[in-house]
Amino acid sequence: MARFLIRRVSQGLFVLLLMTFTIYAIFFLGPGPQQVARVLAGKEATPAQIAAIAAHFELNQPWYVAYGHFLAQIFFHGNFGYDYYNSVPVTTSIMQALPITLSLVIGAAILWLAIGLFTGIVSAVKTRSFADRALTAQALLFYSMPVFVLGLLFIWIGYSVLTTHGVAIFPAPGSWTPFTTNPLAWAHDLILPWLTIALVSAATYTRLTRGAMLDVFGEDYIRTARSKGMPEKRVIVVHNLRASLTPVVTQFGLDVGVLLGGAIITETVFSLPGLGWTAIKAIQSQDLPLVMGITIVASVAVVILNMAADIMYAVLDPRVRIH
Amino acid sequence: MSFNISGATAQVEAVSVAEPSVGEQQKTIQGKSPWVLASRRLRRDRASMISLGIIIFIVVCAIAAPVFAAITGHGNMTQYNTIGRTPAGQPVGPSSTFWLGTDSQGRDLLVRIMYGARVSLFVGVAATAVTVIGGTILGLAAGFFGGWIDSVIARFFDWLLAIPFLLLAIALFSVAVQSPIFGFIGPGLPIVIIVLGFFGWASVGRIVRGQVLSIKEKEYIEAARALGAGPWRIMFIDVLPNLLAPLIVYTTLLIPLTIVGAASLSFLGVGVQPPTADWGQMINDASGMFLYGSWWYLLFPSLALLITTLVFNIFGDGVRDAFDPRGDLYV
Repeated sequence: MARFLIRRVSQGLFVLLLMTFTIYAIFFLGPGPQQVARVLAGKEATPAQIAAIAAHFELNQPWYVAYGHFLAQIFFHGNFGYDYYNSVPVTTSIMQALPITLSLVIGAAILWLAIGLFTGIVSAVKTRSFADRALTAQALLFYSMPVFVLGLLFIWIGYSVLTTHGVAIFPAPGSWTPFTTNPLAWAHDLILPWLTIALVSAATYTRLTRGAMLDVFGEDYIRTARSKGMPEKRVIVVHNLRASLTPVVTQFGLDVGVLLGGAIITETVFSLPGLGWTAIKAIQSQDLPLVMGITIVASVAVVILNMAADIMYAVLDPRVRIH
Repeated sequence: MSFNISGATAQVEAVSVAEPSVGEQQKTIQGKSPWVLASRRLRRDRASMISLGIIIFIVVCAIAAPVFAAITGHGNMTQYNTIGRTPAGQPVGPSSTFWLGTDSQGRDLLVRIMYGARVSLFVGVAATAVTVIGGTILGLAAGFFGGWIDSVIARFFDWLLAIPFLLLAIALFSVAVQSPIFGFIGPGLPIVIIVLGFFGWASVGRIVRGQVLSIKEKEYIEAARALGAGPWRIMFIDVLPNLLAPLIVYTTLLIPLTIVGAASLSFLGVGVQPPTADWGQMINDASGMFLYGSWWYLLFPSLALLITTLVFNIFGDGVRDAFDPRGDLYV
């Protein structure tokens, strides 16, 4: 297990290093140093300011010096640069957006895991029943549903139509209350965005869980467990679910990782100023340091969660550790 | 002769490598090729056939969009500022003139939706082709050669998977708007196809690699080697045909994902650019105004997109079940 951990973590770090270089290359190497300095400085910068910025990023040095400087700033000083557009450090902008994205992802993840696992298990245990067919059809529908279509549908029916008919149960899009201010209002404001992400994501989990459990039901050790007279509940939960969870865990790591980098579409649909929304605004205003900062945070999230998923996988399924 | 045998076994393996099953073996004894069996299973599946019918209908709509525009007399770019808009400048609802209403520019929504089908289908197929071809080549190389080539490709896939794809698509778009990347990749269709095509390589590649690893151990590969076949011949003549079944399944299931991906990029404003008709872009445009009453502008493009992805998914599931008879036991 220790060797597996070391190998997996070093792979993760290597990919992370590649990612920082990719981001650096897109934003710095592509356009050329002078152009970068001009964009970084903003539209109204004086030549002196541009020169100062070029010097600060060591843009006039060879690319590897500038890249090394860029890396050192991030990893040793936690310095993602300065958000010249909003006149604050990039970390400040990111820390403002992060709680919103975190709230969105955590709530949605709990919901979609609960919905996806429950429907998947019911579907697999009651194969070919009416419930199975209904749940499978439902999963197929949401699996095909683009996130923005569902989100807009919720805003239209859940907010607009209901509110104009006097049933104002869902808040207007864009509502946001920090958890620390009022947990209930926090949850109330996020219900529709949560449901949007959760229903679309849960469909994948329903399909995954159902498929994996049906596969495992065909295994010899399930027959052995049943022939020992083990109660069906125990067969399902202890023998089947544990083995079936491995693909679910991998998928969960991937999904949460991607969403932590900004649930871009959901945040856009509901006008929630999380990481994704901030990134889009930053790109529109050519606020490059902020875009880079968010892209790096997003890749770190993906790499770490993939790593966590692989490690969980190894914990759940001892066979993985050997390879 | 020996190659014929290896070819026949190869095709059976294509299916049973993925999912070995008793039913498959019994059927091979009757001497029917897995392709015949799969297509027969598919034809017997009512949901798949209905979906296929709807897919054909959508394709026909896309091809015949100009014909329909000529019949109604409403061009896809023509703005009807007097009859297509309310005095306040808002879109008008469905009527006998505009069956599905008009959009924010006073254009016929139905004609625009039909033109939008062209973009969606084209991107769906083109980007999926880029994904499948690229992923297959890399996966084949990784699985077949192993060693350091495998390690390099594996890290490349890790890297691809770590890229926040929407963020990067948006960033690339913002770079391309200023000047085309490498001098020729401009914003719009090319960037959409490249971005969507490129990011799928890792998932296709990993599947292909896994398949190649198990195919490599088969007796017919050993036989080919014993007959003196070189690595390239084995790779393309003996291994690749056995990957066709899983690749066909994967391709059909990938098309709807790609269509949604392209629509998402358009929705965020970094996909296909106006005035080209595109569903994601229509939904984006509608999202700012449907709360003021023009629900049709949101509803109909959304329905077009949803129905398209849904029928492709149902058909894709059907194709998978047809190639993977184990599904018969459960569904």
